[in-house]
Amino acid sequence: MSATSAIRDRLLAAWARLGGGPERACQIMEVCGTHTVAASRSGLRDLLPEGLRLISGPGCPVCVTDQSYIDRAVHLARRRAEVTVATYGDMVRVPGRDGSLEEARAAGADVRTVYAAAEAVALARRRPDRHVVFLGIGFETTAPGAAMAIEQAREERLTNFSVLSSHKRLLPVMRALLAEDDVRIDGFLCPGHVSVIIGSAAFQPIVARHRVPCVVAGFEDEQILLGVERIVRQLADGAPAAENVYPPVRPEGNPIAREVIERVFVPADDRWRGLGDIPDSGLAVRETFADFDTARRFDLPPEESYELPGCRCGDVIAGRLLPTDCPLFGRRCTPGSPVGPCMVSSEGSCAAYYRYHYRGR
Amino acid sequence: MCVAVPAQIESIEGQKATVNLAGARADVAVTLTPEAGVGDYVLVHAGFAIAVVDPEEARKTFSILREMGALDGR
Amino acid sequence: MAHGGGGQLTAELIAGVILPAVGGQDPAALTDAAALPAGEGTILFTTDSYVVQPLEFPGGDIGKLAVCGTINDLAVAGACPVALSLALVLEEGLEIALLRRVLASAGRAARGAGAAIVTGDTKVVERRGEPGMTVNTAGVGHALPGADLSFTRVAAGDAVVLSGPLGQHGLAVMSRREGLGIAADLLSDCAPIHELTAALVSQLGADVKWMRDPTRGGLAATLAELAAGAGRNVEVRQDAIPADPTALAAAEMLGLDLLTVANEGKLVAVVAPGAAGRAVEVLRGFDIAAGAAAIGTVGDAADLPLVEMLTRAGGRRIVQMPYGEELPRIC
Repeated sequence: MSATSAIRDRLLAAWARLGGGPERACQIMEVCGTHTVAASRSGLRDLLPEGLRLISGPGCPVCVTDQSYIDRAVHLARRRAEVTVATYGDMVRVPGRDGSLEEARAAGADVRTVYAAAEAVALARRRPDRHVVFLGIGFETTAPGAAMAIEQAREERLTNFSVLSSHKRLLPVMRALLAEDDVRIDGFLCPGHVSVIIGSAAFQPIVARHRVPCVVAGFEDEQILLGVERIVRQLADGAPAAENVYPPVRPEGNPIAREVIERVFVPADDRWRGLGDIPDSGLAVRETFADFDTARRFDLPPEESYELPGCRCGDVIAGRLLPTDCPLFGRRCTPGSPVGPCMVSSEGSCAAYYRYHYRGR
Repeated sequence: MCVAVPAQIESIEGQKATVNLAGARADVAVTLTPEAGVGDYVLVHAGFAIAVVDPEEARKTFSILREMGALDGR
Repeated sequence: MAHGGGGQLTAELIAGVILPAVGGQDPAALTDAAALPAGEGTILFTTDSYVVQPLEFPGGDIGKLAVCGTINDLAVAGACPVALSLALVLEEGLEIALLRRVLASAGRAARGAGAAIVTGDTKVVERRGEPGMTVNTAGVGHALPGADLSFTRVAAGDAVVLSGPLGQHGLAVMSRREGLGIAADLLSDCAPIHELTAALVSQLGADVKWMRDPTRGGLAATLAELAAGAGRNVEVRQDAIPADPTALAAAEMLGLDLLTVANEGKLVAVVAPGAAGRAVEVLRGFDIAAGAAAIGTVGDAADLPLVEMLTRAGGRRIVQMPYGEELPRIC
C-alpha cells in the first residue's frame, strides 16, 4: 500500500469519526498558491471524501496585489525610458489599465524576467545607465531576498536600483479572513515555505483566539494529504492546534531571515484584491532605505484601485467563490485571454483549475 | 508561497554555496543558514538556502530524492 | 514572443494569419511534412527554422538542432530522409570559429542520418544584441514502404508509446541561459530519430498509426495535437512516463512542468493495442530509446477531446495545450 493511500485511509477514518459527509460539510482553506497548484496538479482533490473541500484563499501574491500596483509598474516601463523593470515571470501578463508588462515590452519597454532579487541587483550593477526597478511581490518567503538585495545595493553604493514593494504578510490576512462572515473556514492548511521563515508557532495566537486548526504542510502529495488528515483529526477530537508536518519547519522559524526583513521593511497597512485594506498586512521599505524605494525615487501615479469589469478574482481570493463558479471562467476568461490575475498567474486558483480540471463543459 | 527544492551542498565559499540536486546545480546564498555545511541538505528558494533539513527526513519528505536513489542506487 | 512558443498561440497564428494569406489548406490536415506524388512513389517535404539561444549548448548546437529537427519531421511522417537544404541568416559580429563549429556539426548530423546537405544560402544582417544566427532547413525524403500514418487511423484502445525521458533539451538550453543560476549535468537529447521510426514501420507495419516528435510545447503539446487531430480523448499514466532525475530536478528548481518542456530526440508513437509490447521492445534496441515505455491509451471519440493524466496519487488532471512560452515560475 502506498504511503499516500495509507494517509488517505486515516483521513477517511477521522472523517467518519467527525461524522463528515455531504450533509456535514467541511471547508479547509489553503492560503498558499503553491498548495493550490500542487493540489490540482496531483489530482488530490479527487481523493477527498464527499463534503470535504479544499478551497483556495489569498495565497497567490500576484493575484492579491491591487490593480494600482500593476498600473504603476506599467507606467514606469512605458513612460520612463531609463527604467528597466525586473520582475518574476508571473507578473508579466497581468492586465492593467494600460495593458500588461508583456504588452509594454512588445511596444519597446525594457521588461525582464528574473529568477531572484539578486539578479535584479546584478542587472543594475552591469548597467549603470539604466535604473532597475524590481517588483517585490510575495509573502515572507521572498521578502528576505528582496531585503538582502536592497542591503547589497546599498553596500555597493548603487544609485540605480530600487524595489517597488508589494510584499504581503500572512497572519494579518488570515485574521481578516476569519473576520469575514461569508466564508466558512473550518481549518487552515498553512504554507510550508512561509512557515520556514515565520515558524509554526506563529499560528498559535490564531488557534487560541479563533479555535481553528492550523496545520503546516509541504507541497508533495503525501504532505498535503497528511496536512488535511491532521486538520480533520483535530476537528474530530475537538482539539484545534497549531501543528506542523513539514520537516524543514521549526516552531521558531528562521530568526535570521526575520531579522533581515525587519532591518529593511516595516509592516504597513495594505490593500488586498477582494479583501480591501488590512492593517499591517504589507511590508514597506523603511525610511533609512529610501533611496532603494521605488515609490520615493519616482513620481508615481496615485494608487487608484478599481475592479476589472466583470472580474470576480476578489471573491475567488477570499474563498467566496470557486473558480468554476465564476461566470467568466472558461468563457470570456481563459489563460489565452485572461480577464483577471487569478487566471494569469501560474499560482492563481483559476489558472490551476483551468489547467488541471477544465473539461470544457 | 513559493517553489523551493531540497538540494545538497557541494561546496561553500563565504556566503555562497553550490548545491546539487540529482545533477542540477545552483549557486545559492547561505546567508540565512549560517549553520549549514558541506554535505548538508538545504531547502532552496529563489537563490537562497532558507532551512537545513535532516537527510533522512528529507528523503522521506521529498519524492525526487527517493526517485534519484531508486534510479541509480545512491 | 508567446506566439512562437509552439502551443496554442502558434496554432492560432498559423490558422488565423498565415494559412489564409497563402491560400492554404485545412489546418487540421497539416502534418509536419507534406506528401507529394512523384512519379511512382511519394516524396515528403518539410521545412523548419531555428533560432535557439545560446547557439551552442550542452549536447549540441543550432547546426545539429536544425538538421535533426528536419530529419525528424521527415521521420515521423514515415519517410527516409534523403537531402536537406541549409539556409543561414547570420548577424554581423558572429565569430567565424563558432560558425565553423556549427556547420561542421550540421554536416556530421546529416551524414550520420544518411542524408546530404545539397543546397543552401547565406545572408548577413545587422546584429540585434548578442550576434546570433537563424537557420532554416528544408528536407526531402521518400516514403517508407508500409508506412500508413494519419489521424484517421487512430482508434480507441490504441497505445501511446514514448521513447524516453522528457525535458532534456529544453532544460539543457535553459540551464545555460544567463541569470537563471542553474547549471545542470544535462545534455540536450538532440538526435535524429529516423532509425527508430524506420524500425517501427518495418517491424510493425500497419500497426503503427501515427507518430510525432515532441519538440516545442513538449509532450503536452503533442498529446493535445493527437487528441484534437484524432478527435478522441487520450489518457496517460504519470508513473509510466520515463524520468530523468536531473531533468526533473532542474524543472523543479525553475518551477516548470516537465510535460511542457521541449525535447529534440524523442518519439511519440500511437500503435495498435496488441503491438505496444513489440513497439517498446523495438525502440529499446536503440541507445537513444533505451527508456521507451507505453504511457497511455487512446479513448473514445469526443466533441471536446481531452488529454487526461492519471496522477501518481491516484487522482486525475487534465493536460492542456500549453499557452505560449512557459516562463520559469518562482512565486
